[in-house]
Amino acid sequence: MLKQIEGSQAVAQAVAMCRPDVICAYPITPQTHIVEALSAMVSKGELAAEFLNVESEFAALSVAIGASAAGARAYTATASQGLLYMSEAVYNAAGLGLPIVMTIANRAIGAPINIWNDHSDSMSQRDAGWLQLFAETNQEALDLHIQAFRIAEQLSVPVMVCMDGFLLTHASERADIPDPAQVDTFLPRYEPRQVLDPAEPVSIGAMVGPEAFTEVRYLAYQRMQQALHVVPAVAAEFAAQFGRESGGLVRPYLTQDADTIVVAMGSVLGTVKDAVDELRAEGMRIGVLGITTYRPFPAQAIAAALGAGHQHLVVLERALAPGTGGFVTGDLRMALAGQSSPRISTVIAGLGGRAVTRKSLRNLLVKAAAGGLDPFSFLDLDTGLAGRELDRIRAARRSGPSPENMLRDLGVTASRIG
Amino acid sequence: MFQVRFHGRGGQGVVTAAELLAAAAFREGRHAQAFPSFGSERMGAPVMSFCRIDDKPIRTHEPVTEPDALIIQDPTLLHQAELFAGFSRDGYLLINSAHDFEKLGLDEFIRAVHPSGRDRLLVVPASALALTHLGRPLPGAALLGGFAALTWAVSLESVLAAISDRFRGAVAEGNAEAARAAFAFVRDEREALSHA
Repeated sequence: MLKQIEGSQAVAQAVAMCRPDVICAYPITPQTHIVEALSAMVSKGELAAEFLNVESEFAALSVAIGASAAGARAYTATASQGLLYMSEAVYNAAGLGLPIVMTIANRAIGAPINIWNDHSDSMSQRDAGWLQLFAETNQEALDLHIQAFRIAEQLSVPVMVCMDGFLLTHASERADIPDPAQVDTFLPRYEPRQVLDPAEPVSIGAMVGPEAFTEVRYLAYQRMQQALHVVPAVAAEFAAQFGRESGGLVRPYLTQDADTIVVAMGSVLGTVKDAVDELRAEGMRIGVLGITTYRPFPAQAIAAALGAGHQHLVVLERALAPGTGGFVTGDLRMALAGQSSPRISTVIAGLGGRAVTRKSLRNLLVKAAAGGLDPFSFLDLDTGLAGRELDRIRAARRSGPSPENMLRDLGVTASRIG
Repeated sequence: MFQVRFHGRGGQGVVTAAELLAAAAFREGRHAQAFPSFGSERMGAPVMSFCRIDDKPIRTHEPVTEPDALIIQDPTLLHQAELFAGFSRDGYLLINSAHDFEKLGLDEFIRAVHPSGRDRLLVVPASALALTHLGRPLPGAALLGGFAALTWAVSLESVLAAISDRFRGAVAEGNAEAARAAFAFVRDEREALSHA
């Protein structure tokens, strides 16, 4: 049924239709609306699940691990520092092969404190052994959760569904909410591969020494390779049953004849496509490659989408990888090594809630098409502001804290519009 | 695409108003998107929200920097925030105030920015109407009633339906009454201007 609905509410409804047995939650902006909605459903008796309020994110995921190991379908959600705080458990969930689904309402990581959106949090855990799926719209966020449980349980691997904090979680948009019976058909009852059962005691997660640790990791590698087949298969089945395309590995848009291709993940893709349509109308051959599945990284699907690979790739990075540049760029270079050597420009964009506007994207892409884009740059960097702080740092040893100095410089009392 | 920006203060229902407008547009079969200005909102702090309405799916997720309409929920913001940033020359402006533009100190601005189309720029005493009908000075629903009469971007019926979907009982009725009263107020204002 079509509804005008906030992203968090839509995701909560999708999660509820997946009939989780255990939901554990610790509130953190901008994820809170999702678990709030789920807790309301549980307390009203609309959802037959155990809802656990825990004392920290570390506990939230630890409870999910325990529940999942006991054969329950387990769900949690977090963001930013919350994800960092549960980091040890994040690796454990993957190492134990527990098919937990977790929403990441993407948000920057401090210091300085910033509650706004970028992809730093998900990036920090990209190699923990979880699948990472990035939603472009609220509809896709909703759909990806339903697919995530299927994929996770089929592979016995945990899955993160990443959706842009505020931009999606707090946006009211049109969404097609599926019929619960349809979800039941798509997502069968959870049949665990391993289960802690007092009647048949086993150990899970005991010590493994050098004699088999490499092989344990090899199997993890294999499972990720398998995921590259399972994710598109589940997306195809979803499309057949629900009548819309969601999920999958990558999503090319007007890439066929493109000389310049923007590579990006998440909700910024919508704004990029609007900019690309405008520039196409002006005769520029430009396209977009959306990456939906970031882990495992779909190297072959990307290479296939790029074809001969002579395009100029402009990678919009929603997080900074200090010391190297961009996370997605590094993955792309590895994926395309040996096949072709495309020109790649890394653009760090939209950090900590800085709006990525169509206007800025237009200027960027016009510059890229004219060959004037540097290999590495920041979109809409206020060079004056940064420069003044650099001057202060050079001028005096005790120049003080840079973030606070720059805010004072700006005289900021309220966030700007764009 | 029709783009609206709301300015108000935390606690005044700025986000709810944008969501109600999106719901009203949705009821008319249109695509709509509403979202807040993403701050760590506090009671009384300046807050923004946005609403887009279109006949095709809305893909962009950037803030509204060039609004076709501005709804100012709190006139005390007029001289503090950059309310009019990007405001289009033929845009609509609705300010929640019992005073006219002259008393608000905006007469010159109105004349300069909008030499014609005077009936696109109006005030409506939304807080007073909300106090009368709802018993609380929450101007959102009244402003949307006034907005319907000002722009016809959505109908009053759709605004009322969105209100009754969102609220229950006396709150729903009070908001609906405030919206109706504001609609009538703005309609009369526009008629008076067209005969002036």
